[in-house]
This record gives sequence, C-alpha cells and structure tokens, in this order.
Amino acid sequence: MRAPAAAAEAPIARAAAEPRRLLPRGTLVHAFLILGVLIFALPIYITLIGSTHDASTIGRGEVPLLPGAHMLDNYAAAWWEGGGGARTGFRVPVETMLLNSLAMAVLIAVGKIAISLTSAYAVVFFAFPGRMVFFWLIFITLMLPVEVRIMPTFAVMVNLGMVNTFGGLVIPLIASATATLLFRQFFLTIPDELVEAAKMDGAGPLRFFKDVVVPLSMTNVAALFVILFIYGYNQYLWPLLMVSDRSLETIVVGITKMIGSGDAQSPWHVIMATTMMALLPPVAVVIFMQRWFVKGLVESEK
Amino acid sequence: MAMLELRGIRKSFGAVPVLHGIDLEAAEGEFIVIVGASGCGKSTLLRIVAGLETATEGRVLIGGADVTALEPKDRDIAMVFQNYALYPHMSVFDNMAYGLRIRGLPRGEIVARVRRTAELLGLAELLHRRPRELSGGQRQRVAMGRAIVREPKLFLFDEPLSNLDAKLRVQMRAEIKRLQRQLAVTSLYVTHDQVEAMTLGDRLVVMNQGRAEQVATPMEVWREPANMYVAGFIGAPAMNFLHGRLCEEGRAVDLRAGPALPLAGSPAAATDAEVTVGIRPEHVRIGSDGATTAIPLKVDLVEPLGAENLIHGVLPSGEGLTVRAAECAPLPGATLPVVLPAEQLHLFGTDGRRLRLAHARTGVASAQLWA
Repeated sequence: MRAPAAAAEAPIARAAAEPRRLLPRGTLVHAFLILGVLIFALPIYITLIGSTHDASTIGRGEVPLLPGAHMLDNYAAAWWEGGGGARTGFRVPVETMLLNSLAMAVLIAVGKIAISLTSAYAVVFFAFPGRMVFFWLIFITLMLPVEVRIMPTFAVMVNLGMVNTFGGLVIPLIASATATLLFRQFFLTIPDELVEAAKMDGAGPLRFFKDVVVPLSMTNVAALFVILFIYGYNQYLWPLLMVSDRSLETIVVGITKMIGSGDAQSPWHVIMATTMMALLPPVAVVIFMQRWFVKGLVESEK
Repeated sequence: MAMLELRGIRKSFGAVPVLHGIDLEAAEGEFIVIVGASGCGKSTLLRIVAGLETATEGRVLIGGADVTALEPKDRDIAMVFQNYALYPHMSVFDNMAYGLRIRGLPRGEIVARVRRTAELLGLAELLHRRPRELSGGQRQRVAMGRAIVREPKLFLFDEPLSNLDAKLRVQMRAEIKRLQRQLAVTSLYVTHDQVEAMTLGDRLVVMNQGRAEQVATPMEVWREPANMYVAGFIGAPAMNFLHGRLCEEGRAVDLRAGPALPLAGSPAAATDAEVTVGIRPEHVRIGSDGATTAIPLKVDLVEPLGAENLIHGVLPSGEGLTVRAAECAPLPGATLPVVLPAEQLHLFGTDGRRLRLAHARTGVASAQLWA
C-alpha cells in the first residue's frame, strides 16, 4: 500500500522542485539586476557626459547623451579655479575642497574606530564600578544622531571657539555608539581562555590590546573604515553650519553652493566635473578595501 | 622541599561555598592529578593555583614562596587550557615565543628555546603555520609547547585532552606522561576521566563537592579507597555495594543477600554494626568452589567487551551485582553461583568511611576457621 502512494507523490515533488522553464535559468534574475544597474548608472552617465560639454549646451536645457569636446577644459577649470554662478560668487578650487573632504572623512573614520575600539575594550574586559551604566550611556546615544543634537553641539563649539576650525569640523563627529557596539559584540566572542592564556604569558591589559585584540579585530576595522569613511565624506549639515571660511570648504557642501539660486545661471559643466571628481575618493576606498570589507562582513571565524 | 603547597584553600562564590579547605603538598617533579565529577571544584582549585581566581581563604606556596597575592605572570607557572587558547592570528612560533618576548628575553635565546621545544614535540615543521591550519592533536602539542618553552616551576593542565577523539587521547596521554618524566617539572593536572587520572598521576586527589576525599597514589586509591565515594568513583565498572551487618564479634559480615561471610580481619567497629560491603566486579568469582558462601545471582544482562564479559544480575536480596568475567557467557535469566572472596572485600561504615581491618590472619586461614 505504501509503494503506490510513494510513486504517486514522487512526480509531484519533482515538479515542485524543478518548474518547467520557458526561459534559460536565471534570465529573470539577470534582467532585474541589469535594470538595477541602469537605474543606478544612468544619472552618473548623464553627469559624466554633461561634464564634457561647454556651458551653453546644458544652459540651453539639452541633456546630451554623447560626449562633447570640452572635457579637459572643464576638469582643469574645476580643479584649479572652481566656479559658481555669477551671483553666488562661490569660487573654491576642487583641489582644496577634495583635500578637506578627504582629510575630514579619514580623520572621522580613524577617530571613530580608535575611540570605539578602546571604549569597547574597557566595557568588555574590565570590571569597574558603573560599567553597565557607561555602556548604556553609550548605547542611548544611538538614538541621538548628529541632526538631533546639532544646536547644543554648535553652542559648545562656539563657546570653545572652534567654529571655522578643522578640529570643530571633525571632533564632534568622532564619538560613535554604533562602532562601539559592533566592537563590543565582537570582543564578547573572544574566549575567556584566550584572555587567561595572555595573563599567564605575562601580557598586561595594554599589551593584550595591542598584540591580540587589535590584530583579531582587523577585518572588522576594515569593514567599519569603509562605512565610516563614506559617512564622514557625506557629512552635509554639520560642515554647512560650522564652516564659513572658504579654505575649509568640503566638497559635498561646495557642490550645492556652486548651484545658483533663482534666476542665476549655474555653470553646470563645471558643477558636473566637480561632481565626478567628488565621486572618486569613496569609490577608491571601496575598491581598495573591498576584499577586507567582504571578509569582515562574512567571516565568523576568529 | 615541597614545590607546591596549598594550605586550607577555601573559596566561595557569593554565599555558595565551592571549596571547603584543601590542603596539598607536591614534591619537586611530582605529577599530581586532581580528579572528580564536574562541579566538584577541581577547576576552581587549579585556577586558584594559577592566580586566575583568588581564594577566599588559605595560602598558595610555590617553591617555598607565598604567591597568594601575586599575579599569574609573577608566579612562574604555565598552564595548558582545555580549548588550547592559542592566539589565532599568530604562527606556531609566535604562539610559543609570545611569553618569552614579554619577559624580554634576547631574540637568539627565544629562537633557540622555541626550536628545542618544537623538536621535542615534533612541531619543527609546523612553526610557520597558523593554529587553524593544524589538527586537534597538533594544536594540543602547541599548547603544551607554549607551556614547556617557558621552563616554569609548575605546569597546570586543565582537562587538556577532553577535546580530542578517543584514539588521540590515549596517544597524547602517554606523550604527556613521557614528557613530564623527561622534564621533571611539578605538574597539577585536572581531569574528570579516571583512566587518565590512574595512568598519569604519581598521586591522585579525588575531589567531591569541594572536599579532597583522598590524596594517595593511584594504586592506594584503588586498593584502599578512603570512603564509598572514592570507591565508587575510581574503577570501571564501579564497585558493587551490598548491605550487611557485622557478626561473630566483627570477624564476619552477615549479608542481606544471603550468607554470612568471614572477613580477612576484624574492623575496630562494634559488633552488630550496620556496614556496607564493597567488592569490585573483577574480584567476584563465579562457581561455588564447594563453599557454603556461594550466592545465587540471577543474570539479567550480559555485555561482551571482547576479552571479557560484564554480567549484570540481581541477588536474592534484590540488590544488583556486576561481575567481570573472562570465560563465562551465561544467558539472561540463568542463575549463577558467585563467591565474594574475603580478601577482596571493602567495608564501609554507615557514614561512608572505610573500616580498616586489623589483619590478624590471612584470608584463607580465617575462612577455614569459619567453615
């Protein structure tokens, strides 16, 4: 009685597992992926093409899809002189803005990682009074992003006289609850026996941190660096508020300042060239760190 | 002089006492095995010696110096952990050299010491590898190498073989014993495995619920267990325990299971006292030998072990008895006559302590006297 029942079930099971295909395997998946790539790439392509035409082409309201002849002129102008609309009077070379952005992003990322590594180390490996209180204080700041606390932070910076300084740009953004939490979770997976083995070997807390904890965290550090670099690079509101000195201008803010308001003519060819150059540092970081980044996200082995 | 001395070690976690005063002395080069069921406090004791845990009371002396208040690194000891605890990002060489580097030894000396230790352990080819590229047995060896290379006064082993498979465990057990003999470093070894304990130790510390029940050589522990806990814990299969009552002015014991058995000597206890009679499965004889003291055993299970069989059965009193016999394979349900030889009996009082027999005569003579 069992055998016929099993035989009857078998074809159904097979049909469910392998539906008849009208299209080659994966066609639909690829179609979606290609569509996704197009949606992402099209604006970048339009910007790239736009940056190779002269001011009047875009000024007429055309959206060219083929490259023009002014690429070198536009990029050179943006890099050395910068440019803004006639009425904005904004002229900061891309060179300056890019360097400022790069320095800000690197310092924010490195600072965040350094601070969260050490604070997570303190919270996980040391028993001190109020340990959980400190942990929760850090944890709660997750609920307070930069924008929420921007007025008090600005007031503090004014009182410290740090407006229009590079320190004022970077330091308030360095504290990071997210990174502290991530490192804490990772540190909790380090077996107690490893800590004890290091104690028997004679390693003090700083030595253990330097020789064991930091090397073991390297993949996490790399993954976080990519995320935090882009976070720092994309900062808009804080630099806008903090900096009025042209020599401290960052590129993300700078691009929007180049666009004139109202009737003013915007030099779109230069703006687009600037935009293309603004893309380069994050792309470079992602490409160089990709191997580590993926490893850090995927790897569970310690 | 004692290399390691523990004086009245007590430990409580909060209100829960886990060690109730442990005293121990280990001579130079001695291999001491602490054995006990899980939760008996044996690992806590080891960690107190290591300095990873502080004793609530009591003192630890290593090489005559009081180290109770010292950090682990200042105690001149090395420890092998159950999970090896190798640094995953360091090569075998760096794992072994790390402790020496921290101590600030010159580079040449570090290399020489690590090489020598690696040769000793057969790790010379693996020095550049990472721990994850090693097998379990090799990792175990690296963990031992890390301890040996330090040339400490004392080795501590925390169940180092429990993560290995059975075959490797036997092999590493012999290797540890050989190494310890060769290096002659005082060692403290914690295990729950009684075979490991018996084969490795010069002396055993049998622990139960935070107390050292017996401290003696393996053979003493096996031959003359201090109490019923030790008797039941050491030896596999475990010792049989039968109810009885002393009679004949303490020269015999009247078993609930049947006959009165003559004893090889008389305990100091009062006559008519309730006692527990212990006998190891391998000492029970099958066959009546024409003696009147044979007891009928109703067999209910036979486990063949290859060279011998384990026969589980029930005595007329309802008490269970296990017999280890080489050439007897009865069918379940059969009834066998068994004899409990007087010279192999262990007597325990109602408090579980061993009753020592005053060996006035040989076992045979007293048996004849009774017959």
